[in-house]
Amino acid sequence: MILAVASGKGGTGKTTFSVNLARVFNAPVQLLDCDVEEPNAHLFLNGTPLGNESVSISVPEVDESRCDGCGECGRFCRYKAIVAIKTSPLIFAELCHGCGGCAKICPRRAIREVPRPIGIVETSQSENITLVQGRLNIGETMAPPLIREVKKRLTKTMPAILDAPPGTSCPVVATLRDVDFALLVTEPTPFGLNDLKLAVAMVRELGLPFGVAINRCGVGDQRVHEYCHGETIPILAEIPDDRRIAEAYSRGRLIVDALPEYRDLLQNLWTEIGFMSAPFREAQP
Amino acid sequence: MQAGAKKREESAAMKIAFSTSGENLDAPLDSRFGRAARFLVLDAEEGTFELIDNAQNLNAAQGAGIQSAENIIRAGADCLVSGHCGPKAFRVLQAAGVKIYNCTAATIAEALEQFKAGKLQAAAGADVEGHW
Repeated sequence: MILAVASGKGGTGKTTFSVNLARVFNAPVQLLDCDVEEPNAHLFLNGTPLGNESVSISVPEVDESRCDGCGECGRFCRYKAIVAIKTSPLIFAELCHGCGGCAKICPRRAIREVPRPIGIVETSQSENITLVQGRLNIGETMAPPLIREVKKRLTKTMPAILDAPPGTSCPVVATLRDVDFALLVTEPTPFGLNDLKLAVAMVRELGLPFGVAINRCGVGDQRVHEYCHGETIPILAEIPDDRRIAEAYSRGRLIVDALPEYRDLLQNLWTEIGFMSAPFREAQP
Repeated sequence: MQAGAKKREESAAMKIAFSTSGENLDAPLDSRFGRAARFLVLDAEEGTFELIDNAQNLNAAQGAGIQSAENIIRAGADCLVSGHCGPKAFRVLQAAGVKIYNCTAATIAEALEQFKAGKLQAAAGADVEGHW
């Protein structure tokens, strides 16, 4: 079972749901922080470090003695990471997605690939939770390759929660690929609703079973609820706008530790997700 | 040999690209290079010009400056007159031997006048960061 926790809007509570769901899971569980531009799940877990590894992508390097300036590499690259007009190629490594196409297409075999570090993957253990998080180097924009490296650390035998980045762009899609269920966290505000609609369109495009969790219920209005009812999207959990939750959060404490009365709510959410997720549904006659 | 090289240099100085949103010499000079709607490439000797569409780069997520530089190099431009030029576009233009002139003129005609009067100086480097 691989659960992804996503949202359109940032700051709705993806990490809050991820870490608390992980803690109330009554068995060993993996938590992957895929928000590699600013991983924050570790702030709530204070785990024991198990190790870290550097992650690189392959970028081109040109042997100018072999290059005849034909420009095939530049015509192939859709990201303009390699350009050759009237000259031997110029390389913009920070734009390179590491596909290796330029090296393959070069008729003179003048291009070889060299590693360029983009970030690290860190692993730590906190009680029942094995946390794997990606941390993108500062100034770096290539989040998806690092997210894929984080996901390579998934152990099939253990359930996993993937804490996605906000939004609906490439890093989120890279996170959501091949998961069994997407939990979309939103807040009952016009911004929350607008971005929830984008997130719903995304998970429908990806063909994922999904449900919604509404955080900070009591602020804003009823439009998120009305939208979900109109679209027959299940609302799987609602956390009220409770000042004590914000206080616990600000101290880096888990809701389920600081306010045990919320444990049931999160355990029930696991039950709901279990009923709706792909493996369960496929097992039905 | 020397005369040939000199001649090439002279004729090479004759094609000037301007970034613009319009379609003639009275059109505004676009202060942006990579995100300009098009380029007017003027043959300064003949007085004729051609328009190079750059719309593909208006909404490009990245590489707009690089692609725009490619566009004007392919059009045979030897000089660029634009408001600003970022570091990646500068690198590509410089490698292809295109001179860059930063200019604050309101229209292409005005910019051309300044260029002809020698009031513009070739830039030694990018004058803005990428994605300014």
